[in-house]
Amino acid sequence: MKEFQEGSKAVADIVSLCKPGVISAYPITPQTHIVEELAQLVADGKLNSQFINVESEHSAASVVLGAAATGVRSYTATSSQGLFYMAEVIFNIAGMRLPLVLTCANRAISAPINIWNDQQDSISLRDSGWIQLYAEDIQEAVDLHLIGYRISEDKSMMLPVMVCMDGFILTHGIEVVDMPQQQEVDKFLPSYKPLYKLDVENPISMGLLADPDYYTETRYAIHDTMKDALTFIPKVTAEFAKVFGRNYNGLLEEYRTKDAERVIVSMGSVCGTIKEVVDELRAKGKKVGLVKITSFRPFPAAAVFDALKDIPKVAILDKSVSLGSYAPLAVEIKAAFFAKKKAPKIISSFVAGLGGRDITKDSIKEVFSLLTNKERPCEFIDLKPELLRESYE
Amino acid sequence: MSNEPLFSSGHTACAGCGQSLAARLVIEAAGANTIVVNNTGCLEVFSTKYPETAWGVPWIHSLFENAAAVASGVEGALKYLGKKDSINVIAQAGDGGTADIGLQALSGMLERGHDILYVCYDNEAYMNTGIQRSGLTPFDSNTTTSPLGAQSLGNIRPKKPMPEIAMAHGIPYVATCSVGLTQDLQRKVKKAIAIKGPKYLQIHVPCPLGWRHEPGLTIQVGKLAVDTGLYPLIEYEYGKLTGARQIQPKPVQEYLKTQGRFKHLLNNPQELAKIQEIADNNIKKYNLKAESQTGS
Repeated sequence: MKEFQEGSKAVADIVSLCKPGVISAYPITPQTHIVEELAQLVADGKLNSQFINVESEHSAASVVLGAAATGVRSYTATSSQGLFYMAEVIFNIAGMRLPLVLTCANRAISAPINIWNDQQDSISLRDSGWIQLYAEDIQEAVDLHLIGYRISEDKSMMLPVMVCMDGFILTHGIEVVDMPQQQEVDKFLPSYKPLYKLDVENPISMGLLADPDYYTETRYAIHDTMKDALTFIPKVTAEFAKVFGRNYNGLLEEYRTKDAERVIVSMGSVCGTIKEVVDELRAKGKKVGLVKITSFRPFPAAAVFDALKDIPKVAILDKSVSLGSYAPLAVEIKAAFFAKKKAPKIISSFVAGLGGRDITKDSIKEVFSLLTNKERPCEFIDLKPELLRESYE
Repeated sequence: MSNEPLFSSGHTACAGCGQSLAARLVIEAAGANTIVVNNTGCLEVFSTKYPETAWGVPWIHSLFENAAAVASGVEGALKYLGKKDSINVIAQAGDGGTADIGLQALSGMLERGHDILYVCYDNEAYMNTGIQRSGLTPFDSNTTTSPLGAQSLGNIRPKKPMPEIAMAHGIPYVATCSVGLTQDLQRKVKKAIAIKGPKYLQIHVPCPLGWRHEPGLTIQVGKLAVDTGLYPLIEYEYGKLTGARQIQPKPVQEYLKTQGRFKHLLNNPQELAKIQEIADNNIKKYNLKAESQTGS
């Protein structure tokens, strides 16, 4: 059924349709609307779930860890500092191979404190062993939660999934959403049957100490599963398309790139803006396009190579930066072309939209115009030089 | 009970480890229908080094400070599955994992009213990392981070009042016990398990390595802590003191002299007086002195 919905409410609705038995969260902007909505659904008796209000994000993540280990589908959501406070548990959940879905309402990192959107929070946890999927719009955010549970709980995966949606832009934005029906959801996502769990009938120990004789293989195993996920994710999205009629590749999306001479690569909601600019420029005869990365972990290097190998000039637009190095997505794209015969002549990197600064259509046009024969290693867009002068003086 | 032990021998605890004995007594009292959530610490390390485990019940370890929160999730999941009434959940940790780094998660668990027994194995320092002081390290104790020196007589603060902190949450049952008094320990575990809601049990567990006493003296050292009044065995039910083990108080030296961590105090009357005062205050506060023995 299609209706206008706030992103957070839509996510709460799809999570509710996935029937998590345990939900735990701690308030942080801009994630709060999601869990408020879920709390209301539980309070109204519309969702049969244990909603556990905790004293911190560390405990929220720990609660869902415990619930997942007991064999119950579970859910949590957070943002920014909350995700960082969870960080220790985030790594632990993946290390224990527990299936979960977490919504990260992407938000900037303090200091200075800033509640608005960028992607520095989830990007900083890229090495945690979680599958990270980035949504472009509210519909995709909704669908990725359902797809996320399906991937996470599959016996060949057993990895947690972080659905990343830009804070405010998607969590508080309102769009027409086609909400799946319960019957279809149940068909696509059967009830969770754990491979192993805490069970008094069949006692096992979980979370053991692994010494140097064993530790490496546990990390290798996750790394290996991540590689398998590169083929498994598109399989699940293909199945999803059959049931729900919406087609996602799950790894990346190529938008008007076939004959393109200049292509921007990016993630999240900004891809919607980029598509608009691409359409405008195309109407003027400019050969431009977009590659939207949906799966940042696992990173689809082979698919990226195929999508960009014949494009002369590529710009990567990051909503985060690795301070003292380069922009994270740019590093991945460049690595995908390292020592390859076929490669774009120019791969330039741009950083924009930090701390909620709007990335306007003009910002995107500037990126295209800066995509010249001069390679740019890490250029900030919409920087205000007058503020820099102030802070240096 | 099945023939499978709930906590097997063959683990790698030190000789005379009070915690390993206490852990076995706890799980045997709780029974096979129990899920155990363990903080990081000695017990976790010596009982579950892959590919071996000492545990005959479902057992999980996540991190240093989150057993109370993980257990909350386990309990929530059991409620969702409709199994909570038939399965006990125990969260357990050392003194550092309880009184210091895990205090926030514990407070949350107690406040939320989960049906969980939280067990703190109190060996009075971070033993797993090499005898650093914790919030439950006693006054004047010599540890690697409260060492003796020209300007130091050991740990400068008394033990954090964890039982009272737990009790302040308005929970149904709080108790202390000692591995030196095994029947009392198991009685309290059984009593706690039978009560719905959050329960806090703090067990004094001598550590031969950290306290520097003979491994064969673990039980005796535990008993002496109780008998001197330095480790009062008390029970609170819904905030009311309902039990206090009566003692014929022995001078604190009897306890201190058994352990290397207090050796520096034995010829220091001033410091001994301070520690005697701690014991005397406990005896007074909890009315520990056995009445039949009070001649004076």
